[in-house]
Amino acid sequence: MKKTVSGWGRYPVMEAEVRELLPGSTPALPEEGVIARGLGRSYGDSALADTLYRTLPRNRMLDFDGERGELHCEAGVSFAELLRVFVPRGWFPPVTAGTKHITVGGAIASDVHGKNHHRDGCFSDYVRELTLLGPGGEIFACSREENPELFHATCGGMGLTGIILEARMRMRPIGSSKLDVMTLKAENLEEIFRLMEEYGDWPYSVAWLDCMAGGRKLGRSLLMAGRFREDGRLDYTEKAAPGIPFTLPGFLLNRGTVSAFNALYYHRVRGKRTSGIQDIHSFFYPLDIISNWNRIYGRQGFLQYQFVLPKENSYEGMKSVLEEISASGMGSFLSVLKLMGPENDNFLSFPLEGYTLALDFKVQPGLFDFLDGLDCLVADLGGRIYLTKDARMSSGIFEEGYPGLQRFREVRNSYGMAGCFESEQSRRLEI
Amino acid sequence: MHILILGGNSDIGLAIARTYAEKEGASLTLASRDTGELERNASDLSIRYGVEVDTVRFDACDFDAHRDFYKQLENRPDGVVLAFGYNGDQERAQADAEEQRTIIETNFLGAASILRVVAEDFEVRANRDGESLFIIGLSSVAGERGRKANYVYGSSKAGLSAYLSGLRQRLAPQGIQVVTVKPGYVDTKMTAGMDLPGPLVLSPDKVARKTYSAWKRGKSVTYVTWYWRVIITLVKMVPERLFKRLEI
Ligand SMILES: Cc1cc2nc3c(=O)[nH]c(=O)nc-3n(C[C@H](O)[C@H](O)[C@H](O)COP(=O)(O)OP(=O)(O)OC[C@H]3O[C@@H](n4cnc5c(N)ncnc54)[C@H](O)[C@@H]3O)c2cc1C
Repeated sequence: MKKTVSGWGRYPVMEAEVRELLPGSTPALPEEGVIARGLGRSYGDSALADTLYRTLPRNRMLDFDGERGELHCEAGVSFAELLRVFVPRGWFPPVTAGTKHITVGGAIASDVHGKNHHRDGCFSDYVRELTLLGPGGEIFACSREENPELFHATCGGMGLTGIILEARMRMRPIGSSKLDVMTLKAENLEEIFRLMEEYGDWPYSVAWLDCMAGGRKLGRSLLMAGRFREDGRLDYTEKAAPGIPFTLPGFLLNRGTVSAFNALYYHRVRGKRTSGIQDIHSFFYPLDIISNWNRIYGRQGFLQYQFVLPKENSYEGMKSVLEEISASGMGSFLSVLKLMGPENDNFLSFPLEGYTLALDFKVQPGLFDFLDGLDCLVADLGGRIYLTKDARMSSGIFEEGYPGLQRFREVRNSYGMAGCFESEQSRRLEI
Repeated sequence: MHILILGGNSDIGLAIARTYAEKEGASLTLASRDTGELERNASDLSIRYGVEVDTVRFDACDFDAHRDFYKQLENRPDGVVLAFGYNGDQERAQADAEEQRTIIETNFLGAASILRVVAEDFEVRANRDGESLFIIGLSSVAGERGRKANYVYGSSKAGLSAYLSGLRQRLAPQGIQVVTVKPGYVDTKMTAGMDLPGPLVLSPDKVARKTYSAWKRGKSVTYVTWYWRVIITLVKMVPERLFKRLEI
């Protein structure tokens, strides 16, 4: 059935044939232009193609080893389901995105990082093996031992090596569903960098940055550092998330409103340093409180721009980027700064040891040119841009940032996947 | 409580299984032809809800085997959910005797055959031990009036509805509850790819919730949504003279 589809950013929009990956059968895949789609929480055009295979019907949990915390499940299982089933038993996903509405398949394909990347790495680092549906309907098992090249291409491979059917992964034991959270106020960029390092031994940390503030206040932010408590409480209740009933007019988000929101958010926290107890929802998934918040950006949609810079260039680099943004007046509602640990062996995985910043921009005249400028800055500093958030970078910038690309292409070609699995993004980036 | 789901790979059967596992902590037996899929569904249910789930092969059309199938179950069910069904293809059924037969055999003969065995056992157990037992049968609004678009399927479900209704009357004195569920269009594997009237389409979970609450409240027949009840009442009121000329 043809449907109008888009990523979470609602840009770009296209018509695609949408099919369901039903349980129990191997579908005959079209010869080209096929891509898997989970819950569609990637922002740009990575889960868009002529034919989309929705993985949600395959969401069964196949085996759980309660000793080792190892779960074998189908790729359409969502993180929300994982939490519902496993938090009460004292297990938590090893790595989670900032929304629980993503699938295991999507988390592997994007090699998702969380607030604990600096300590624990990416989601795929906890995946022991997976099975993949290839072009001719063959099924490949891969792990670090079996078809290792295919494994490292698939983790972070944005669905371009086939459809992930199942995965075996390790969950993390937790002693509570509550976290101790420390919130620290930083006056400027220098201070937030210092605090991030200082709190680097906390398992989870993230900073929320007011990117409208310039001058001496450039980089003012709130750092949230968290760790699970050990009090044995394992309650988990999910509240129904109200939705935004219609797309808001785009003009609601402008320099004035965004600045006001940012200032309010920043000043809401009184003390320099406050500590408290939060539950899983408020610490990990604050945005899930409103089910379709992407509608606040209006009809044109929005872009998320997330890049990472190597540590040695991080401070100066972030400073230049923030100066550009604050001068441009292209407001970002939400800007998130994270510390990242060492990169892994996956060919197209995003994280790099250093700092990453994620920004939302409403699609508006001048934005694309402006971001092209930021791309050059990021590339010159040895950084890269996150594929799962991207909808617009050029193939040149992409190639510069991802040295594993050549090997990725080789693997895809050697398994005959290059023609069959391709997304709007892979066409644009000439992957 | 132990529940036997006949058609244990069907979307509605599984949704009902999930509901009873979650709300009643019921243990389950899933029965169907594809035992590989059955195993996967069983693992999923037992991991999610921490209940015991076993699987057994069952073929609705293998009538002669039904008695043995039921006798050899490891767990005596307190409730039996009849959730298997074959939608088939009306046009094919018109052209091809085999297709027509499969539809009727699965939905009506298959159901009648296994329900006879179940009823026999339930009657004895209810009389002897006063157990509270129940049968839930998934019929369809398609059985309310034959339409050219799907009268083969519809008539097989009409037969099932009548069978369940009779069974209900027979078993009522023993306190055995028989629930007939009549969903309209449901978004399932069976209907995947069909052009369904969007707003009228229900999810399997909705059907399961409705079924569960009908059972809980001791109801006999549930239409799943009120508007189907209204639509069906209207469709049934159209005189045959007029009906045969309608394009519905
Ligand atoms: C509010 C919010 C917060 C986020 N926070 C973070 C974060 O903190 N860290 C982070 O890393 N990401 C984050 N993301 C991005 C998100 O985690 C990823 O985009 C994730 O891949 C989405 O999963 P999905 O199931 O929705 O996949 P989709 O968006 O449907 O697909 C994403 C990609 O995965 C591929 N894919 C999906 N399923 C399969 C499969 N079974 N087999 C093969 N390929 C598949 C698709 O082809 C596509 O390329 C966030 C997104 C949102 C909306």
